[in-house]
Amino acid sequence: MNVSLTLVVVMAVLYAAGVYAMLERSLTRVLIGFLLLGNATNLLLMIVMGFPGIAPFAGDEGRQSDPLPQALMLTAIVITFAVSAFLLALIYRSWQLGQADTVEDDAEDIALRMRAAEAEQVLGAEGAGDEATTDFVDVVASPLRAIDGADALGLLPDAPVDIPTSAYGASGAQSPDGADDGDRPETDEEGRS
Amino acid sequence: MSLSLLVPLLVALPLLGAAVTLIGGRRRRLQVVVSIATLSITFGLAVFLFAVVDGGSPLAVSVGGWPLPFGIVLYVDRLAALLVAVSSVVLLAVLLFSVGQGAADGDDDTPVSIFHPSYLILAAGIFDAFIAGDLFNLYVGFEMLLVASYVLITLGSTESRIRTGVVYIVVSLVSSVLFLSAIAVIYGALGTVNMAQIAERMAELPDGVQLVLHLLLLVAFSVKAAVFPLSFWLPDSYPTAPAPVTAVFAGLLTKVGVYALIRTETQLFPDSDVNTLLLIVALATMIVGVLGAVAQAELKRILSFTLVSHVGYMVFGLAMATPAAIGATIYYMVHHIVVQTTLFLAVGLIERRAGSTSILKVKGLLAAAPVIAAVYLIPALNLGGLPPFSGFIGKFALLDAAAQVGTPLMYTLIVAGIVTSLLTLYALMRAWNLSFWREEDDSAETEARIQHLGTAPAAEEVSERRVIPRIMTSATVGMVAVSVGLTVFAGPLYDICERIGSALLEPISLVDLGEVEEES
Repeated sequence: MNVSLTLVVVMAVLYAAGVYAMLERSLTRVLIGFLLLGNATNLLLMIVMGFPGIAPFAGDEGRQSDPLPQALMLTAIVITFAVSAFLLALIYRSWQLGQADTVEDDAEDIALRMRAAEAEQVLGAEGAGDEATTDFVDVVASPLRAIDGADALGLLPDAPVDIPTSAYGASGAQSPDGADDGDRPETDEEGRS
Repeated sequence: MSLSLLVPLLVALPLLGAAVTLIGGRRRRLQVVVSIATLSITFGLAVFLFAVVDGGSPLAVSVGGWPLPFGIVLYVDRLAALLVAVSSVVLLAVLLFSVGQGAADGDDDTPVSIFHPSYLILAAGIFDAFIAGDLFNLYVGFEMLLVASYVLITLGSTESRIRTGVVYIVVSLVSSVLFLSAIAVIYGALGTVNMAQIAERMAELPDGVQLVLHLLLLVAFSVKAAVFPLSFWLPDSYPTAPAPVTAVFAGLLTKVGVYALIRTETQLFPDSDVNTLLLIVALATMIVGVLGAVAQAELKRILSFTLVSHVGYMVFGLAMATPAAIGATIYYMVHHIVVQTTLFLAVGLIERRAGSTSILKVKGLLAAAPVIAAVYLIPALNLGGLPPFSGFIGKFALLDAAAQVGTPLMYTLIVAGIVTSLLTLYALMRAWNLSFWREEDDSAETEARIQHLGTAPAAEEVSERRVIPRIMTSATVGMVAVSVGLTVFAGPLYDICERIGSALLEPISLVDLGEVEEES
């Protein structure tokens, strides 16, 4: 089976770009990543279709295209379309609720991690000098916090800011306030508490 | 007119019901009646189809009458019919529960106008996945149930539900893309997506290619089945959804993934052998899952983690690949669908009665609500694997099958299985001791002893105590009765599962599908 090298290269690039974009914390980029991945998969289906031929089922004799991947692709496109629409609604709702459009950490997990760190601190005091256990003790425990403008000079705070909730500890004071005050007064108060 | 024409109704009826409930969105009573009627009919249909296929050969129907490589094949064998029947029961019970909840709360938590259509589409997706005869239809079934589940898990669009919903949705999307890519690659390699044809042609491929295809499918399904290390999303996303939604997700959605794993392992890739890998993964799933459960102080999270750990048992049975082990896996699956759902419903009742699901906060429920205590205790003991319940029978059958194989790895897994079972019992009984047996004014000593559990942020929120309508209790009691029924009728049910187990290890014969072509 001969396949077009161009298609293969385009597919590979789409997959790579899609995976890269999906690894971001911003939901909009996740959506873009998902769209790229979906298109890459559709291209993959097109590649496995094999050689391009004349329209199938039309009655003409000759080298017909394989109709099955086309049907699969159409279905996949429809599903991707529906899911993207849902994701967009979700992103809007997430923004509306004042969470910015980022993927948030699980508060329970953070609490559990803090607990483990405290337990280790107690053990460390007894065992004296076990440096490996003190990694998270004095650090504000949000190791997975999204980067915002305060973290690097080169980054402009143009993206919606990830406002830490009270579970993150006292890091709320660092976050730039006032970006979208009108829309989410409640969370601003939480952030400072 | 043949019996196989009844098969598409399993998917068509719930979809029709969803359409009707969507149109009649304002009429609550109509929606309830349509949903209950639809699920009751599919239950009857599934039982009937089971009786038919148990007596004769599997039913296959080619939808739309297209010849084999092009047509979509629906395929009902004993396994599919059994699982459709069990899921209908579970869906029906949870529906009744949520109807009761909706009636009592003025539909705050479950806006019915969306709830019923999504719920029925979820049902259609689950049934479609169970009776899919080709991989692409399996994908469509998955997508149907996933899209419906996206709606259900973010129901009400509160802040916490959106947060957890996002995690769930993104993970599901990635696994769906993987699955679709796997289908594309399989089509490229074999020129078909029909399961019977794939099984037939797979042997012609080089071993390396088989392995790649196999692993692609396994990863895609493992995400859905919540197999470690692809299970991280589950305890994060399930607990915040409304109680009935969590119950049905916990009972059914992961099992659809397990079902896909069973089909993949037994029928698509009978030659390609990754069983050792699967056994190790099963070991990790059991242990890591249950250790997570022990660390939690919030009931829904404890249950979510035990859910992950018990998926490990099913993967364990599957990876042994002997007829006895597959039979035991299927029995365990049926048991787990029923029991896990019941436990989540019981927790839903606890939440309403006590206003919290933190085992540190809830006290003295045994005296205050003996019925809730009973509907929690029986499935909890059952899940923990105490005799005489079905959990014990299922685990015993699994471990017995492992002992028959008798390699050192098997014995390691047997030990791990027993440890997991005991730790499950520990986690659930600790919850029982604290929530049900602890007095309202408890001694400072006990308080100090449970201090290490810390505070669970999600359980901090204490909602108001709400009345529990009788229909919610009845639905839960009904599920407990079904789970006890699994114990009482374990003999006949286990015979069925053994028949399924031995049938699954034989390839799907193309003769069944040949009949389709003659009919069309």
